[in-house]
Amino acid sequence: MPFALNWEARMATKVVMEALSPTMEEGRLVEWKKNEGDKVSTGDVLAEVETDKAVMELVARADGVLLKQVVAAGSTVPVSSLVAIIGQPGEDVSALLNGAGGGAAPAAPPTPAAPAAAPATKPAAPAPGQAAETAPIAPAEPPTETPKPAPAAPAAASAPTPAATAAPAPAATTAAPGGRVKASPLARKIAAERGLDLGRVSGSGPEGRVIRRDLEGLAAVAAAPAAGMPLQASPGVSYTDVPLSQIRKTIAKRLAQSIGPIPTFYLTTEIDMERAWDARTALKALGPEGDISFNDIIIKAAATALKQHPECNAWWQDDHIRQWNEVHIGMAVAIDDGLITPVIRHADLKSLRQISAESKDMAGRARERKLKPEEYTGSTFSVSNLGMFGIDEFTAIINPPEAGILAVGAIVQKAVVVDNAVTTRRRLRITMSCDHRVIDGATGAKFLKTLRTLLENPLAMVW
Amino acid sequence: MATFDVIVVGGGPAGYVCAIRAAQLGLTTAVVEKDKLGGVCVNIGCIPTKALLQSALIANMVRHQAAEFGITVGEVKTDYGVAMKRSRKVSEQNSKGVEFLMKKHKITVIKGTGVLQPGKKVKVGNDVHEATKGVVIATGSRVKGIPQIGLELNGKTVVSSDEALFMETAPATLAIVGAGAVGMEFADVFASFGSKVTLIEALPRILPLEDAESSEALSKSYRKRGIEVRAGAKVKKATVAADKVTLEVETAGKTESFTVDKVLMAAGRAVNTENMGFKESGVELTDRGFVKVNLDTLETTAKGVYCIGDVAGPPMLAHKGSREGTNVAEILAGHKPPAIKYDNVPSVTYCHPEVASIGMTEDQAKEKKLDYQVGRFPFSANGRARTASEIEGFVKIIRDKKYGEILGAHIVGSHASEMIHELTVARENEYTVEEVDLAIHAHPTLSEAVAEACLDSMGRALNI
Repeated sequence: MPFALNWEARMATKVVMEALSPTMEEGRLVEWKKNEGDKVSTGDVLAEVETDKAVMELVARADGVLLKQVVAAGSTVPVSSLVAIIGQPGEDVSALLNGAGGGAAPAAPPTPAAPAAAPATKPAAPAPGQAAETAPIAPAEPPTETPKPAPAAPAAASAPTPAATAAPAPAATTAAPGGRVKASPLARKIAAERGLDLGRVSGSGPEGRVIRRDLEGLAAVAAAPAAGMPLQASPGVSYTDVPLSQIRKTIAKRLAQSIGPIPTFYLTTEIDMERAWDARTALKALGPEGDISFNDIIIKAAATALKQHPECNAWWQDDHIRQWNEVHIGMAVAIDDGLITPVIRHADLKSLRQISAESKDMAGRARERKLKPEEYTGSTFSVSNLGMFGIDEFTAIINPPEAGILAVGAIVQKAVVVDNAVTTRRRLRITMSCDHRVIDGATGAKFLKTLRTLLENPLAMVW
Repeated sequence: MATFDVIVVGGGPAGYVCAIRAAQLGLTTAVVEKDKLGGVCVNIGCIPTKALLQSALIANMVRHQAAEFGITVGEVKTDYGVAMKRSRKVSEQNSKGVEFLMKKHKITVIKGTGVLQPGKKVKVGNDVHEATKGVVIATGSRVKGIPQIGLELNGKTVVSSDEALFMETAPATLAIVGAGAVGMEFADVFASFGSKVTLIEALPRILPLEDAESSEALSKSYRKRGIEVRAGAKVKKATVAADKVTLEVETAGKTESFTVDKVLMAAGRAVNTENMGFKESGVELTDRGFVKVNLDTLETTAKGVYCIGDVAGPPMLAHKGSREGTNVAEILAGHKPPAIKYDNVPSVTYCHPEVASIGMTEDQAKEKKLDYQVGRFPFSANGRARTASEIEGFVKIIRDKKYGEILGAHIVGSHASEMIHELTVARENEYTVEEVDLAIHAHPTLSEAVAEACLDSMGRALNI
């Protein structure tokens, strides 16, 4: 019985509106997939729910019969509200229904140390401790992250662009920083090593604790890395936590006082794209598979450069800096009423062809709002591109806890001086927003220099 | 005829504990017991042997250690009869204690032999009692001889622990057949009371179920004490006379013959399944003679009939039976208790030095081709052990390399029986070697060796 509930749990199980994305505060029940009286097993899709980011599936966390649909299709309810009850046929559920008004569970404890907590008036996300009833889906973290004393603040899903006027604030999530997912130490180690998200596992140990048995054969619910990911992607530890030196603490404090919570500065560079242009033209001539975009080339170049400059591939973690050994690039995609950043995982290890295929697929699904949470969280660095709109240059807003983002403008032909003669060249302006607590001017400049070298000599990317 | 919610047949550590838990959960409960409450454990097993082993420990301390500690005693005399009587008193007190517990929980004790009848009924004498929720079989096991080679128990020269526990004097010479826990403990006791003991084990090493290093340590220790240890030795033939037994023992192809005053049979136990009305009630047995049970529910092949303890299958240990007892009581009361982890039952032999273990032996880990790392810490490097001059033995941890899981733990040394539970708790809760080490261990204690062995499995032992 791999998904057995805690033996002391009452027979009937409440189904609540789960936080299906890290930023979700309410969900619209689009369509019921199971009718009242239908037999349901753990993992069955009960309903489709529209979140702030995507249309997602709400799955059963218990076996039994769908006794009651509490919420009608089409209605919107806050996260953690009761939406249905699963139990045994004929079971009296009136007691559970009477308690439905104020949400299924006591209010969650405040999210500790979230960089910008959700306003108090908003309904709180369910606490991880509720896992015994209905396991809330925790934000998927990068596949090989090991839980550490200071858990990563979840990456905000929204990508900053000029459209967003304020830095996006990571909202309260189910597995909030410092929040507890009940799991045995052994289960934690196995989950960390295999990239499983414990917040998504029903525990069969005492009080719903996740134990080793619950993780057996659970690859399916892992925050699965994209298919085709190179196997050498996780050589040992996926990041290094760097303690803050006194000077870095002071820089962080003083600069944050000066300019908002994220002391940002900007570095702009102009890159000659002639060779990249030629390379892309040559690839295109190979046929449909060669149809890669400049954005794909820039993602690949940025990922390659980040591997050489890990200090820019980092998260600000309040009391330390997490330098990632893996490169996961968030790629801003405009959708109808906003934007989302699907993540190209291990972009440094992927070929241009892989990156192109993935970015096309994810951008497409992003517009259909079909991305899974693990596909738009966990990036270590982001790229925003408004070149296709003819924007020459702009500044993008950092997607915390990341420390940098590239704002990519349009490639335009310009008159420039080459070898003492005025000639026309295709030029691209890229502006990098840097979190000064993590990246100093010179650090960012060195990274940009590498990026420029790679883009001006595309062969260097595979060199 | 009386009706109860639950009728438990057998008042040993499985049965009486089951009855208490059932009563706690509000079920009307009866225990059928033909002899004394507490069963083999309290009366002719765990408890009296431990009382005798304490006598043995004191004898050895006074003989060999007192002087070193600055205590001079005169001539040391031992009297097995006195020690035996003390052990009887302890057993009687414990059995009375169980009687009291039955009263306290308003459990009806029915004296007599219970025979199962179809439909959750138990016949005792001429009375038939009925259980509404379930009948629990907890009839336990008994010693057995090996009549095939002439070693049939006769109560005089070929004896079992049943008789050894009531002897007035220790025999001058004693052969013990079987070097599992029982054989090892009696070898310790009788050697301490002056018997010339020969310990015979058919398998290649004594304590065959323990880790090979534990067996090796005990072999050495016993030989040093003058106990003759013959492992990989087969008794081919026994000639039983009125006051002596001559054994032909084959070791490594060589047959030797020697004569002893008594032979103590300590090779295995037989389960009590005969004349129980099993066949008529639909209770089936396994090929090995145990009652067939569903390991999740402990229900037998007969609906409403459950089985716990030795008779339900190995390991034949009191504490395993007790846990099965509480689980069945909870199931009968409508609860869903967590499944019993049969791979996490501690095993303890109370000889000196003590041997305790949990989980896999190193050989088993090897056999399963697991990627493991062994950590060891000898008590000779432990401060507390040195203060007591108890430096024999070690703690050995078998750690899974990938996750640090404690695959097995083995302790040889004084108080090993107490120390093993730190590792039992760790394994039960899936703590790894790191969590064991993270828990601060008081200094100086023997338990520090447990933490050190965990550290050693990670290559970080501090005090060696």
